[in-house]
Amino acid sequence: MPQLNMVQSLNLALDQNMAADDRVCIMGEDIGVNGGVFRVTQNLLDKYGEKRVMDTPLAECGIVGTAVGMAVYGMRPVAEIQFSGFTMQAFDQIEQNMARLRNRSRNRYPISMVMRAPYGGGIRAVEHHSESREAYWAHTPGLKVVIPSGPRNARALLHASINDPDPVVFYEPKAVYRAFREEVPDEAESMEIGKAEVVREGSDITMIAYGAMMRPTMEAAEDLADLHSIDAEVIDLLTISPMDTETIVESVAKTGRCVIVHEGPRTCGIAAEIIARINEHAFEYLTAPVKRITGYDIHFPYFQVEQHYLPDPDTIVESVKEVVGWE
Amino acid sequence: MPTKSTSNPTKATRPRRPAEVDISDTEQRPMGRKKIDLGEIDDLSILNEHGEVDGSLDPNLPDEELKKVHRAMVLTRKLDIRMLNMQRQGEMGTFAPGLGQEATQIGQVYALEQKDWFSPSYRSFGAQVWRGWPIEQLLLLWAGYFEGFGPPEGVNDMPFSIVIGSHVLPATGIAMGIRARGDDAVVVTNFGDGALSQGAVAEAFNFAAVYAAPVIFLLENNGWAISIPTEKQCTIRELARRGTGFGIPSIRVDGNDILAMIVANQEAVQRGRRGEGPTLIEAVTYRMSVHTTADDPKVYRKDDEVEQWKAKCPIVRFEKYLKNKGVLGDADFERIADECEKEVLTAREVFRKRAKAKPREVFDFMYEQLPPELQEQKREYFAKLDRKGVE
Repeated sequence: MPQLNMVQSLNLALDQNMAADDRVCIMGEDIGVNGGVFRVTQNLLDKYGEKRVMDTPLAECGIVGTAVGMAVYGMRPVAEIQFSGFTMQAFDQIEQNMARLRNRSRNRYPISMVMRAPYGGGIRAVEHHSESREAYWAHTPGLKVVIPSGPRNARALLHASINDPDPVVFYEPKAVYRAFREEVPDEAESMEIGKAEVVREGSDITMIAYGAMMRPTMEAAEDLADLHSIDAEVIDLLTISPMDTETIVESVAKTGRCVIVHEGPRTCGIAAEIIARINEHAFEYLTAPVKRITGYDIHFPYFQVEQHYLPDPDTIVESVKEVVGWE
Repeated sequence: MPTKSTSNPTKATRPRRPAEVDISDTEQRPMGRKKIDLGEIDDLSILNEHGEVDGSLDPNLPDEELKKVHRAMVLTRKLDIRMLNMQRQGEMGTFAPGLGQEATQIGQVYALEQKDWFSPSYRSFGAQVWRGWPIEQLLLLWAGYFEGFGPPEGVNDMPFSIVIGSHVLPATGIAMGIRARGDDAVVVTNFGDGALSQGAVAEAFNFAAVYAAPVIFLLENNGWAISIPTEKQCTIRELARRGTGFGIPSIRVDGNDILAMIVANQEAVQRGRRGEGPTLIEAVTYRMSVHTTADDPKVYRKDDEVEQWKAKCPIVRFEKYLKNKGVLGDADFERIADECEKEVLTAREVFRKRAKAKPREVFDFMYEQLPPELQEQKREYFAKLDRKGVE
């Protein structure tokens, strides 16, 4: 099995799906000749031509809106928004049509499309290039929201998203794009959307994270075991919506404690939703209040100070110790 | 154009788009100030308000076609009047009448075939009936029964989207799909003068032009966006100029002239089928009635303006034409009006029988398969309905 980074594994998923199904087409700004600003779509124009690899005008709303129309016509568009911060330009079409057309047409026009976008901080970028606003789309009925954490699950989840009968917002943790390599099998691989994964088993506390926050969370879990004798169970959420309540509840019922880590702002964030579900389904198992380690309710700070904004292993370790020591 | 050296050896061999177009503009520019030719826009009128026809432009449709079009326009008006009446009596929700826009409505879909697509705004029930939407279904829709929204079997139409201009990008996307697949269908999408202020509509124009998508932008300039007259919406009088700026062949048409509408529609459809891309048709018409039944136009416009437009009625002038041509006579017009009225009333009976709210279906169209959380919410909602004794 080849060792691939996430950029390469996403490229592989696009390539294999385009080869397997001529309805699959990709579109976005600079994705053709340039291969995407992060090179996720590299070489696909050569292989599949301009009709299926569409360099679009610079208009995010236009990209999503026309992708919706192509999905109505029976194609399976994968639209790239260059940075998730620019999806705000497309909010109109995501909400009005991408999320709603299946319902508005009473199942006549299911919108089988993917909107891909790199999200999150940590790459020393200018304003609007570091946001983590997946909560918007989790709050939007009709969408699914998927966020992989590594090369292998990124490839499998993108495969699943392209083949899903419903519209998927696929956020790629750009801090992870080239951070590490994993073995990714040659043959197409899929993962079920809507399923979280227990990536580390433990008994003292449940730590829930996703995307780029999986790395500091896993690092914290190892430190907690090595230095503080705290045996943490770690859940990689993978799908933000629909959320895998069952896996969360099962784990919290076992450990009785929970912390949740995400980069996005705290208020009405994904952690708030997870806590609500724990409240509804696992309240009687809790031995301590659930704690959130998240971004703050401020605009993502400019890049000389972004490392202080993002949740880091030390902060996560301290928060877990607080929860475990709660009386 | 010289390519810069690059670390990627494959780059120089990659196809470029637009193919072989040199945009470097390296030619020496002549000094001075000169006029730029921005392209001409035709203004088309064939049948004037007095019923006089320009014989050189008359499409000379066969009698049967003329009768079909006439009947559709009369039916549209009868339905309009009946719906307003039903709304005033509490049988219908808020709806947007299209009185006076019958020629625009029928003319914009006249040349479409079954394989073609229609993506309307909400003031389009006349065109929807022409396309195959049963009247009773449209009554259900406007009376608040969601089953009215599903496009009928075999009709390639989009359900309308209420947010102004929000449907124009998907309509363009359908046309891009047609183009990418090499099919010869076309798409008609309509919107009003107000929608022209929406950024999403401008983006749709540009995408359609760039991809030579076979979409016809049917701009119904009816003078008013609720209370805002067109002259306050934008500073140009000929809204068709918005098309040429995007490189879209555009035409301004008397929207109350069914013959001009049909000719413009046919030309645009043929252009689309030939792979020549989009067309913008500005249909100049007038919203004779309220914006919606929740609106009172007396607040913002004068009655004499409405009176002036009454004289331009699209049906009256078409009937003069048909009479002069000997296709139909006064007795026929009366008979057809009665038949259309009966058709509407029959549909109203079907509507009344079918008008039954279905509160238990609201989760049914959200996803292909309902996720566990939504299954749970559905159970909770059903329990609420059970408690309230709602079927």
